[in-house]
Amino acid sequence: MNIPDDLRYAESHEWLRADGVVGITDHAQHELTDVVFVDLPEVGKVIEAGQVACVVESVKAASDIYAPVSGKVVAVNEAVRSNPALVNTAPYGDGWLFKLELNDPASREKLKNPDEYRAQIG
Amino acid sequence: MSESVTALKKTPLHEEHVRLGGKLIGFGGWDMPVQYSGIIDEHNTVRNALGVFDISHMGQFFVEGAGSAAWLNRMLTNNVERLSIGQGQYTLMLNEQGGVIDDLLIYRISDDDWFLVVNASMIDEDYAWLEGHLADGVSLANRSDEFAGIAVQGPKSAAWFDAYMGGKCGAPTRNQIVHLDIGGGQTFIARTGYTGEDGFELFCPAASAVQVWNDVLTSGAALGIKPCGLGARDTLRLEMCYPLNGSDLSPERTPIEAGLGFFVDLQKPDFIGRAVLAAQKKNGPAVRLAAFKMQGATPPPRSHYGVYKDGAQIGETCSGGLSPTLSAGIGMAYLPVAATVPGTAIEIDIRGRRFPAVVEKKPLRKSKG
Repeated sequence: MNIPDDLRYAESHEWLRADGVVGITDHAQHELTDVVFVDLPEVGKVIEAGQVACVVESVKAASDIYAPVSGKVVAVNEAVRSNPALVNTAPYGDGWLFKLELNDPASREKLKNPDEYRAQIG
Repeated sequence: MSESVTALKKTPLHEEHVRLGGKLIGFGGWDMPVQYSGIIDEHNTVRNALGVFDISHMGQFFVEGAGSAAWLNRMLTNNVERLSIGQGQYTLMLNEQGGVIDDLLIYRISDDDWFLVVNASMIDEDYAWLEGHLADGVSLANRSDEFAGIAVQGPKSAAWFDAYMGGKCGAPTRNQIVHLDIGGGQTFIARTGYTGEDGFELFCPAASAVQVWNDVLTSGAALGIKPCGLGARDTLRLEMCYPLNGSDLSPERTPIEAGLGFFVDLQKPDFIGRAVLAAQKKNGPAVRLAAFKMQGATPPPRSHYGVYKDGAQIGETCSGGLSPTLSAGIGMAYLPVAATVPGTAIEIDIRGRRFPAVVEKKPLRKSKG
């Protein structure tokens, strides 16, 4: 399972990049199966850490995606609206979901590092 | 969708699923593969070529004895007397209120010898109901644990059968069952399925399941066979509007409401639930199971979403999901009969937002022929 070294991870399988970009992990996309629809948050929405930020629908089920940290949505990935499969094929790249402006840049440090996340998913 | 792993039962093919990289989930008390290569890929493989499913979780009952035909006709909605030896039919088992306990396939093995295939989650309940109504001279046996089930489905099924049998035996025709000595014991092969494609269901001794499964894969390799999971099984059956018990069928709904009147024989002698069905048939049911298709890019519908028409809620979705063939969300819902006319505009409430859908004629996936 691909777990890039330069990201931070939430227990609920979202990743956070240093610039505030959020997506779901390779493990999560594998568990979800074929993603067929992404309900993105509105730009400007303020979300608390752990709150539902958007919904990813696979063939199998609808899954809530949580904000890994508190912040304001400053951008969403329009590409996954028209091509939801990007979440499966490039979970850390073109399949990103939204970008947060963090309330507190230090909140990033509370998330799991790659080794801790690797240990979580076994 | 996932259930606790602790109490899940394993089919005789469990190790094969793990070996093939299947993703396992809990389903009806069983640890079953939901997918291998991916639900959409497996779905398209069955529509265009050939797929193989483990259906060992399903139940197998045997009924025999003089008087068994009359007894089965009292317990089931379809007419078993219409079956010649080696033929099968889809039928339903109802409660006294005409509600569905289970839907099943029944095959006539000899004059007074019957083979029943029931839903995995209903094995115990079905057996208890049948046993509780057993007639003198009729015997009932639940032999579900002795059998593995393997479904081979897709337009290349007939070619697969010839490859598998090496031309030693002709393929059964639609709804026909043959009894063969393969895979180290007695195996039933029926020409049936749950996908809308041509296909076969094999029921072999559990001990030879791995051998039969691998022989099926080997003999189908040149035809592009792929192992398929329950995810594709569900999208395939939903496109065909085949009901799933527990989602689309329930003890509160009758076969008339479910649009399964074709499998109910009101002319034969009395059967459990008949009075309710006869009245519904005469007066017309209040609701009917309708199929719908989402319009435009929407989230796929799921179970228990509100269905609205002209701003008012008129029902709730039963089954729902994405149709890989139509590239659109599809589903089924019990709706007031007036709203079940194809072309009726409805809305589906998905997380508080309403998305447009249109009632369509069943099946949603029109056959190529």
